[in-house]
Amino acid sequence: MSMISLKVNGRQHTLELDPETPLLFVLNDELGLRAPKFGCGMAQCGACTVIVRRQAMRSCVMPVSAVREDEVVTLEGLGSAEKPHPIQEAFMAEGAAQCGFCLSGVILTAKAALDEKPQASDEEIREALGGVLCRCFAHLRMLRAIRKYADSRKA
Amino acid sequence: MRVSRRHFLKSSGALVVSFSATSLTSVGAMAQGPFDTHPSHIDPTKLDSWLAIGADGTVTAYTGKCDLGQGMFTVQTQLVAEELCVPIERVKLVECDTSVAPDQGTTSGSQSTPTNFNSGNLAQAAATAREALINLAARKWGEQAEQLVAVDGVITGKSGRRIAYGELIGKKSFNIPLSTTAKRRSPQQWVVLGKPVPSLDRIALMTGQFEFVHNVRVPGMLHGRVVRPPEVGATVTSVMESSVKQIPGFVKVVVLKDFVGVVAEKQMQAAQAARQLKVEWNPGPGLPAQASYYDNLREQPSQSTLIVDSKDVAQQIIKAKTSVGATYRYPYQLHGSVGASCAVADVKGDRATVWSATQSVYPTRNVVAKLLGIPQDNVRVIYVRGSGCYGLNGADAVSFDAALLSHAVGRPVRVQLSRQDEMAWENFGAACVVEQRAGTDEKGGIVAWHCESWITSRGGRPGYDQPGNVITGVLAGYAPELPNPEAAKEPTGKLRNRNNVVPSYVAGCVGGLCGGGGNIRSERVISHTVASPFFTGPLRSPARIQNTFAHECFMDEISAQAKADPVAFRLQYLSDGRIADVVKAAAKAGKWESRPSPKPDIPRTGIVSGRGIACVAYEGDNGYAALVAEVEVDLGTGRIHPRRFTVAVDCGPISNPDGLRNQTEGGILQGTSRALLEVVTWDDKRITSTDWETYNSLYLGFDLPMVEVTFIDRQDVPATGAGETAITVVPAAIGNAIFDATGCRLREVPFTAERMMAALRARG
Ligand code: FES
Ligand code: FES
Repeated sequence: MSMISLKVNGRQHTLELDPETPLLFVLNDELGLRAPKFGCGMAQCGACTVIVRRQAMRSCVMPVSAVREDEVVTLEGLGSAEKPHPIQEAFMAEGAAQCGFCLSGVILTAKAALDEKPQASDEEIREALGGVLCRCFAHLRMLRAIRKYADSRKA
Repeated sequence: MRVSRRHFLKSSGALVVSFSATSLTSVGAMAQGPFDTHPSHIDPTKLDSWLAIGADGTVTAYTGKCDLGQGMFTVQTQLVAEELCVPIERVKLVECDTSVAPDQGTTSGSQSTPTNFNSGNLAQAAATAREALINLAARKWGEQAEQLVAVDGVITGKSGRRIAYGELIGKKSFNIPLSTTAKRRSPQQWVVLGKPVPSLDRIALMTGQFEFVHNVRVPGMLHGRVVRPPEVGATVTSVMESSVKQIPGFVKVVVLKDFVGVVAEKQMQAAQAARQLKVEWNPGPGLPAQASYYDNLREQPSQSTLIVDSKDVAQQIIKAKTSVGATYRYPYQLHGSVGASCAVADVKGDRATVWSATQSVYPTRNVVAKLLGIPQDNVRVIYVRGSGCYGLNGADAVSFDAALLSHAVGRPVRVQLSRQDEMAWENFGAACVVEQRAGTDEKGGIVAWHCESWITSRGGRPGYDQPGNVITGVLAGYAPELPNPEAAKEPTGKLRNRNNVVPSYVAGCVGGLCGGGGNIRSERVISHTVASPFFTGPLRSPARIQNTFAHECFMDEISAQAKADPVAFRLQYLSDGRIADVVKAAAKAGKWESRPSPKPDIPRTGIVSGRGIACVAYEGDNGYAALVAEVEVDLGTGRIHPRRFTVAVDCGPISNPDGLRNQTEGGILQGTSRALLEVVTWDDKRITSTDWETYNSLYLGFDLPMVEVTFIDRQDVPATGAGETAITVVPAAIGNAIFDATGCRLREVPFTAERMMAALRARG
């Protein structure tokens, strides 16, 4: 057990924790955040994705201590119902989900990739999403929403 | 923990004072539900069981069909708004909670739309309520009911008088039965139904606020994990609690026959305890070799069913000019939800509350009661959405796990299955072998069709009283349901093609009544159900996708032998106009090039392309789809790449075109993943496909094909299911397109690159 200080979605928290605890469990169980999900626990699906250091990270295999000073952003931190982020708006407009369980992985992975390379081609976007699973197979709408968001940023 | 329905209604703002006089404590011989369910404390024949109107005009509606990600929440909300003539925002839908919603069995099998949108249940309740409100106003004003109109929750009389629903119903419940004569609004009148209303949960989903069952947290909650056997059929010899006692936060090891679980304060501690717990197991009996599994199936004792038999098939085939035969194989496949299943249970003494993603809240309630030995009426099951399930994933089993662990510790327990727990022990989609033979005349026309199939089964949905149908129940000492070996009997009654065991092209005549989709009169269809070593259960289009793969590929083979165009050849044998119409619509939209398969002059190297068609009358009459697939095959690597799909769907009147499109697109891609990649694997002891490295699925990085969807919107027929029709035709359409492109017929799913290469080599 040790004291861990953690910044999530703009808020600072101090928690007494085993530093080896996966970040996902801390977000879900200690901070009550809903968006990052346990899908596989083995970095194979993306359901637990959060953004740290501008990168999409799989929080199921990331010990909380590895976050250090950096801010963690989850899907709920990206935007709110009142003020959604443009990529969230694009997903709403396209109705790009079925059950929605996979959305942290899909939206945050795409966002991080486009932040890194705003002009990314369809192929580069696909490559970035190469390890993200959606078993409802809402792929077509999701890719459309991502394209829409990418284009709106260029404009 | 328990909330009575009366209390719930009060707290949900609906004003219901004399709620049907049925409280949860006076449960007894209540009415039998109209949908294969058990007597319920909420009488589905009474209007107040389905909806209540608050003083402010808010409509609270209760449904036993829940949203699994297929859009049922939105479309049922539309339905209530439409029939009651209120704006959609004024409807609050409460899904699948055994304390307030009627028992509608299981949300599955493409039955929700037929059940709640046609002549009964939710639709009829809303229509009954509208009629009752209009009658109330008519009486109040001394006017003729026919002259009153309801718009936006307000009734206007001929005299111009107006009254809002809330004011009219006041503090009363309706206290009337569901009317069978209350007039439904016709599709021509629709203002809310039939419109592409965007999914009502989208904002919460996209911003991460939506509560899934994985997010349920209750005060005092502990975390549990299960320890499943290391191999199929292994049983517990001993469990050493001392191996995990020192883990901080450790609470308890729970052993109940072969069920083993651990409970700890925190999730990581529970996961660690589950990993470290020393359990000695008696080995299981071993598993049949996967390589020879399909052949082995036919040797097993089976429960056999003769579905149609014109008694002349053998003769006709011998007499025929030629005969064609082929055997098709379909593997076990996974639901493989993205989220490993999760549930929370709070058991205190003889009372329990379970938050569960089950498709079957009432059956789950009864099974939990049975497992814990407590009265059914003391169990409340509340549906909370899980990861999309596509059928019986781990949601039921984990609900039982949570109940057992909570019962053992007397505190609420949340159980999260691991990826391996989920994938090794879920109820797989069944493996299946189908053997086809047809006799053909001098022109290649079909004179007789014989179809014999073997499908595997073990357990399935637990229903109201079969805990052993899923892993937890078996470990806790209950037996699974297995096929009862017996010889086939003569078919009786009209053909019901629920499992699509019967190809669309035969007449399906039993005792003079012909219920098939086609005109081939010499027909024999027999199916055998064989015990499976693994749990099986409904997986999106259960048995239907397997059988349709075999029928539609075989139809293509016969058509190729006749050197006929596969679309025209099909149409010759279809007597059911609705199947014929989807075939024509898909061919037209897909710009079908009319010619026999395979394509002439196929190149021997590089990338070749082809097109294929397949169609189905889902369950015989519960939705129609035809699909044109266009694929490319890389002759150097064997990789198959679908480029374009054109699908035509007929599911009667369309309640929400956007939702239907979403289901259809998703079905096509899920079908593609299953056709190309998905297969459960095992060794001599255990399942070896237990994560996403050992079980393949098409990731989002997949180079997507185009998918074009065409609807035939029929308004003069009842609504059918739509969630499973499109997926059903995908493996066959792709298989037929591969044949068109290469001249190679792949008769075993999945169509992996290795299988494609082997077929290309064999072709030479
Ligand atoms: S849960 Fe983290 S990648 Fe699957
Ligand atoms: S929408 Fe269900 S897993 Fe992606």
